[in-house]
Amino acid sequence: MMLDGLYQDIILDHYKHPHGRGLRERFDGEAHHVNPTCGDEITVRVNADLSEISYDGLGCSISQASASVLHELLQGRDAHDAGEIHQAFVELMQGRGQVEPDEEMLGDGIAFAGVAKFPARVKCALLPWMAFKDAAARAGVEVGASPEVKA
Amino acid sequence: MSFDVARVRKDFPIFEREVNGHPLVYLDSANTSQKPVQVLDVMRAHQERHNGNVSRSVHTLGTESTERYEAARAKVAAFIGAGRPDEVIFTKNSTEAINLVAHAAGQLLALGPGDEIVISEMEHHSNLVPWQLLCERTGATLRWFGITDEGRLDESGLDELVNERTKLVSVVHMSNVLGTINDVSALVARARQVGALVMLDCSQSVPHFPVDVRELGVDFIAFTGHKMLGPTGIGVLWGRFDLLSEMPPFLAGGSMIETVTMGRTTYAPPPARFEAGTPPITEAIGLGAAVDYLTGIGMDEIHRHEQEITRYALEQLSAVPDVRIYGPASPAGRGGTVSFGVEGVHPHDVGQILDALGVEVRVGHHCARPVCVRFGVPAMTRASFYLYTTTEEIDALARGLDQVRKVFG
Ligand SMILES: Cc1ncc(COP(=O)(O)O)c(C=O)c1O
Repeated sequence: MMLDGLYQDIILDHYKHPHGRGLRERFDGEAHHVNPTCGDEITVRVNADLSEISYDGLGCSISQASASVLHELLQGRDAHDAGEIHQAFVELMQGRGQVEPDEEMLGDGIAFAGVAKFPARVKCALLPWMAFKDAAARAGVEVGASPEVKA
Repeated sequence: MSFDVARVRKDFPIFEREVNGHPLVYLDSANTSQKPVQVLDVMRAHQERHNGNVSRSVHTLGTESTERYEAARAKVAAFIGAGRPDEVIFTKNSTEAINLVAHAAGQLLALGPGDEIVISEMEHHSNLVPWQLLCERTGATLRWFGITDEGRLDESGLDELVNERTKLVSVVHMSNVLGTINDVSALVARARQVGALVMLDCSQSVPHFPVDVRELGVDFIAFTGHKMLGPTGIGVLWGRFDLLSEMPPFLAGGSMIETVTMGRTTYAPPPARFEAGTPPITEAIGLGAAVDYLTGIGMDEIHRHEQEITRYALEQLSAVPDVRIYGPASPAGRGGTVSFGVEGVHPHDVGQILDALGVEVRVGHHCARPVCVRFGVPAMTRASFYLYTTTEEIDALARGLDQVRKVFG
């Protein structure tokens, strides 16, 4: 069934058992993003050295699993690496299914390759990543790409 | 002749197509309805054979276009029991009709601090944000009816909520989320007592059951063509003629004037006063054809069919484990729009899996975020029905929900 591309086991695992969920008290930057068409929401908090990335949110399996993967991939990285991974994830999501993901860099994030073929869901996957970028900027760290989301 | 859903469906070419390898199961008519060939043909014939601008040409095509455009107005007027066609104003959609009243009636009422506008928590954003803005512009206060746990308008505070300070009440006739049909008789009586105007958002009612503006006893109603088998780009404001005649224009330009000098302008009487610029001519004629189609089948018949489908859907959905229905639990006092949640699964995911099975439902907050907040959820899944909906389609929905529970179980 064509949905196999969307609901990979890795995504469902992250959705059912999220990593790093729950907001930490200490942080340097915070951002709250909403997807106005569907009501999904996420809050992301980061420390200036990215040693702590925490989040909480309400949303579909794609947006919540994406937040869990973000936490796993970016927490504890330096700004340069985090920026590269961020860029790679955004490119993957905007590739309309044409981008070959780099497993070494994206880890479980490669499971989102299938999401890129569902334009209505790309925004869900990117929601935590955009909130992270804003939270980091508020903590004084510039990371990642600013996509033009045309979904 | 009795109502035959199989015959009705033959009029809708879209039911010939498949979605993701499955026959199309269209359960999103509250969002927008499908179009019968009778409407599509009339619009095409107009463009091919009669196209001209309206109300400003002496030539034959212009005359034919004007006649057809005005005939559509008369059909719509008859359809809702309006006293005269001039009470029907063509707009772009419901949203524009409500904004028109918020501006023009707002100005007529000379609102200021101390005045109150009353709406409800059940409103589509179209019947909420224009009133928020009006209150911001004028200093008037916005107040609202709540929703009961059963999903009905909470009128327990009616006499306090609608009081001497109230200048206008605007509520939804049928909720696009809960399916609730609001009996507004008590509200209208109270508004009359205190001298407030009443507007009804009939976007979900006029397409589905007989609506008679004189019986309702209100001052304005708004509805939108694309939800009643017509095209997008055409909507209707109906207003009492004496009120419309006193209201200042909303948009200004060609066609809405009486005479113009460089210094000042006098305005045409309604409806022209409120139809500035070239209107959506083909779309209005298409809406007229939709009204003919609906009238041909009979609004009573359509309502009866939808009641049966709704009863069946409520039964089938309540039998699916982990499904919670929001809104009235029985078909009484509700229409064919059923919102629900599947425990532990976000509506986006529900909608996605259903779509893979060809079942088209709406997910999200349905442009009525306060309703979702009232029931403590960020979003809902909604199945909505029309004259072409079958029990087999409800079965497909129920099977789809089993699949949803399998994927996320
Ligand atoms: C109750 C209600 N009011 C208003 C609207 C707005 O209709 P439109 O977008 O055509 O202006 C809708 C439909 O979305 C609706 O369901």
